[in-house]
Amino acid sequence: MIREGAGFRELPPAAIVPEPGTSLKNKTGSWRIFRPVVDREKCSKCRICWLLCPEGCKIELEDCFETDLDYCKGCGICAQECPYKAIEMVLEEGSSIA
Amino acid sequence: MPKQAVISGNMAAAYAAKYARVDVIAAYPITPQTTAIEYLSQWVASGELDAEFVPAESEHSAMTICIAASASGARTFTATASQGLALMHEMLYIASGLRTPVVMMIGNRSLSSPLSIWNDHQDSMAERDAGWIQMYAENVQETFDMGLMCYRVGEDSRVMLPAMFCIDGFFLTHTYQNVVLPDQEQVDEFLPPYSPKYRLDPSNPIAMGTVGDPRWYMEFAKQKVEAMEAARGVVEEAHRDFEKIFGRRYDPFIERFHCNDADYIFITMGSVSGTFRHVVRELRKEGASVGLVRIRTFRPFPYEELREAISGAKVVGIVDRSISFGAMKSCGPLFLEVRAALYEQEKKPKTVNLILGIGGRDTTPSMVRECFKKLESVDERREFDVFWIGLRE
Ligand code: SF4
Ligand code: SF4
Repeated sequence: MIREGAGFRELPPAAIVPEPGTSLKNKTGSWRIFRPVVDREKCSKCRICWLLCPEGCKIELEDCFETDLDYCKGCGICAQECPYKAIEMVLEEGSSIA
Repeated sequence: MPKQAVISGNMAAAYAAKYARVDVIAAYPITPQTTAIEYLSQWVASGELDAEFVPAESEHSAMTICIAASASGARTFTATASQGLALMHEMLYIASGLRTPVVMMIGNRSLSSPLSIWNDHQDSMAERDAGWIQMYAENVQETFDMGLMCYRVGEDSRVMLPAMFCIDGFFLTHTYQNVVLPDQEQVDEFLPPYSPKYRLDPSNPIAMGTVGDPRWYMEFAKQKVEAMEAARGVVEEAHRDFEKIFGRRYDPFIERFHCNDADYIFITMGSVSGTFRHVVRELRKEGASVGLVRIRTFRPFPYEELREAISGAKVVGIVDRSISFGAMKSCGPLFLEVRAALYEQEKKPKTVNLILGIGGRDTTPSMVRECFKKLESVDERREFDVFWIGLRE
């Protein structure tokens, strides 16, 4: 893993990531301001959110589709496209919008 | 046994890629580069060259294909000119940023508009800050030799930068000259197989082409600078090895002709240097104190070598075959760099910018004599002039 604050001599060349699987260590969900909250009653498991989520972070559960919040960036596409209005975007705690 | 052949500049460039045992060629045809790519595609089709030939749908794609192939560890070649190079612009920075040592021949051609298929240096000069090694050949033999040199320098582990060798459209691309082609074993000795430290390989996955947010981007830009600066030593080393193996000696950065005691020195690049050398020789016979510096390697720029070669002169005439529109008096880019190199010198010559051969206009010996008159008439107290030679008023 590349050390935070590493100088140019220490960094691998060309901004490559020289080991596989580092996306598991970099939880991009931290960017999120809104979190999708699924109403399990309304979800029909139509898979549309699963198909359209640009981060591939919809997880199939027995009775509904849930969200992998480690990588969900909060774009809201799933909530917008859900034909059953089963997803609501809720402001994350500690986040605010002007 | 090395063999003699009468070939064109384009064929010499194609031969350089062939002798380098290129793995992947991707290109899009454009005058005056086209035949270089045609030779390579014929050799691939006939089985004479064991390589992948990708006829891309644009120069942008051709460069992208070369970058991707290079990232997987392949030795790559492409060639272009003019608008084709301009279309590649975006990918040129990516090639140097990804540190993929793609090698490209430029058949130097003017930029539209007006449309011109003829020669000047505006196309490659526009790419001088893209992080590519740049070399300019004067003749067909040098075209072949520079092609090999580009692989050798670009692929060096201390450098890992893409490299372009620039040959003047038609004046070199389509001119046939007698050339010595080496033995394959000599080239193999000069140019070992490309084996980068990092490459795209499914059995050992890495990620390339990542995001560099503001916490990281500067460090990677600085790495590119370090690579370019390291290339200075590598260019010299490679030329020493080249001489040992092939028996031909070039000055790695600048060629000096009658410079030591000269009051007046021209600085040129590319095929026009032959005409200048011819006239300098004549003027010498007539008793004039004149010399010539020909720049072979433009990136990295040989500022120390130039200082040493020209600081004893009274007046230096810097020949530009391109224009930096809106620069000081809209001079040429070579003029800017040479002037900048002299700034720290206590004793420095006066400088004159000679802009000529734009859009393929011929430069004749009488024009070179006119250039010399401009140098002779420089007034000590006057600021520099930018002269357009061969222009109708
Ligand atoms: S789009 Fe809505 S209804 Fe369909 S699976 Fe996703 S959450 Fe459930
Ligand atoms: S908010 Fe965007 S990223 Fe998050 S689950 Fe929905 S579609 Fe995917």
